[in-house]
Amino acid sequence: MPNGMNAPETTLEKIERMDRRIVFLAIAITIILPLIWPLGLPIEVSPQVDDFHEAIESIPDGSVVLFPNDYDPASKAELYPMTVAILHHFFKEDRNLKIIGLGLFPAGPPLLQKAFEEVAVEQYGAEYGKDFVNLGYKEGREIVMASMGESIPKTFPTDFFGTPIDSLPIMLGIKNYTDIAILVNVSAGYPGTKEWVQQVVSVFDVLMVSGTTGVSAPEYYPYYNSGQLAGMLEGLKGAAEYETLIEKQGIATSGMDAQSLGHLVIILFIIVGNVLFILNRRNKTKGGRF
Amino acid sequence: MWETLGIWIQVFLTLAIFSFLYRDNPFYKFAEHLFVGVATGYWVVLQVRNVLIPNLFQPLFRGFSDPWLLIPLFLGLVLFMRLSDKYSYMSRWGMAAVVGIFAGLAIFGFGGGDLIIQIRSNIMPFIDTEAVQAFTQNAGLITFLNILSNPIFIIGVICVLFYFFFSKEHTGALGVVSKTGIYLLMISFGASYGNTVMARISLFIDRAQFGIVNWIPTVIIGVLMIIAFVVLAITGKVDPKKQF
Repeated sequence: MPNGMNAPETTLEKIERMDRRIVFLAIAITIILPLIWPLGLPIEVSPQVDDFHEAIESIPDGSVVLFPNDYDPASKAELYPMTVAILHHFFKEDRNLKIIGLGLFPAGPPLLQKAFEEVAVEQYGAEYGKDFVNLGYKEGREIVMASMGESIPKTFPTDFFGTPIDSLPIMLGIKNYTDIAILVNVSAGYPGTKEWVQQVVSVFDVLMVSGTTGVSAPEYYPYYNSGQLAGMLEGLKGAAEYETLIEKQGIATSGMDAQSLGHLVIILFIIVGNVLFILNRRNKTKGGRF
Repeated sequence: MWETLGIWIQVFLTLAIFSFLYRDNPFYKFAEHLFVGVATGYWVVLQVRNVLIPNLFQPLFRGFSDPWLLIPLFLGLVLFMRLSDKYSYMSRWGMAAVVGIFAGLAIFGFGGGDLIIQIRSNIMPFIDTEAVQAFTQNAGLITFLNILSNPIFIIGVICVLFYFFFSKEHTGALGVVSKTGIYLLMISFGASYGNTVMARISLFIDRAQFGIVNWIPTVIIGVLMIIAFVVLAITGKVDPKKQF
């Protein structure tokens, strides 16, 4: 080959360097098609999801549940279906559970309020201020968690709508974590499950379960294995498993076929990419021209 | 009427963000800037409405029920002294309080919630007798793997810890142990990557479901955007072959 001239690309090199937008398109088509024509692939319930369900079942009827929803619209796709499924579980058996919701992400409480209205109010006729309350957002992260251990009403003097919480029947007699039967956290990261475990579970010995994004889940498994978390839901898959468990199929279940096929295509691309890489390397060392 | 308008705006912004996958373009830039602006405005209003008014101003100015709140008010105000060349040192008082409180809580939380409990949960019998008993009663692949769980866990923790032991060169037996540690770490990173992929696909599923439910605006806005890209490519304002 004369100096200054590059060797023409081989077929393998061309395939390896193909326009990445083809990959995006292939994944998009694989995900959209099963959303239009579902396949109905089976959903197996994992032990940690089963434990999550059991933990909520284990609390006495009429208990107070602390329900921090620490996420915002960026994680809505994974966590909102989880919030909806958990609310169905809280209200479907008429156990008279009192749900105290809040959020440590600025844009979290409006999403929680939407879920309360869609599930608790519209489907079960629950009453705001009596069966559930949304305390809204409070800046302070771990300080908020620690401060609630001293006094919940002092930390949240008003609710999401600005109503003084001492005027809401659900908050009568609620002082701090000693009045909470279980902490059900839906978390997208910091501040979230890790901080609730560190600041509340280990200090106030509160029973806790957590629903998290797929990205955060590996970080929280040690807490589940050590018993600090009584159960865990992991991403949209966890939400779909939970919907299966409570026999209330919803948004998460409808996305599971797309999720499975999407994974399959990505695995396929990884295998093809690696095979091409190995063949190309072998070709170069042997001087082949495939 | 407003709901319909809201849906059309949502569809436009969703497609504008996804259009980045084609290449950087004015639709994407518009959506990105709008998001940053709206998020900042929302955050400021929320801090005033949900934090400053109920937790500080109301207790202070309605009956002066909690005079101790003057301290955080003062520490908050001195943070703005950064704007003054002469008194900027005062802002360090507020910052010191914030850093001190968060550091204290983090150390306390990590010690009690992570360090001690996680070490305790790693102390386990090498062979789990309950798992052996379960295998003898119901021999199968899962019950057999349950027997291996504790040994793999214990050996794994030791190998990974040795990988981070830098006082001796990783050769010989130590080399084998630390290499096993690397492989175990790689498996753990692989699991994290898999979970990240799962999370990203979930985000796309949500937007795809939204697009399918609202297919009329999605198709109309999508087609209009494609026409705009074609016009931009023909007029030479964008190079369609350039990916980003």
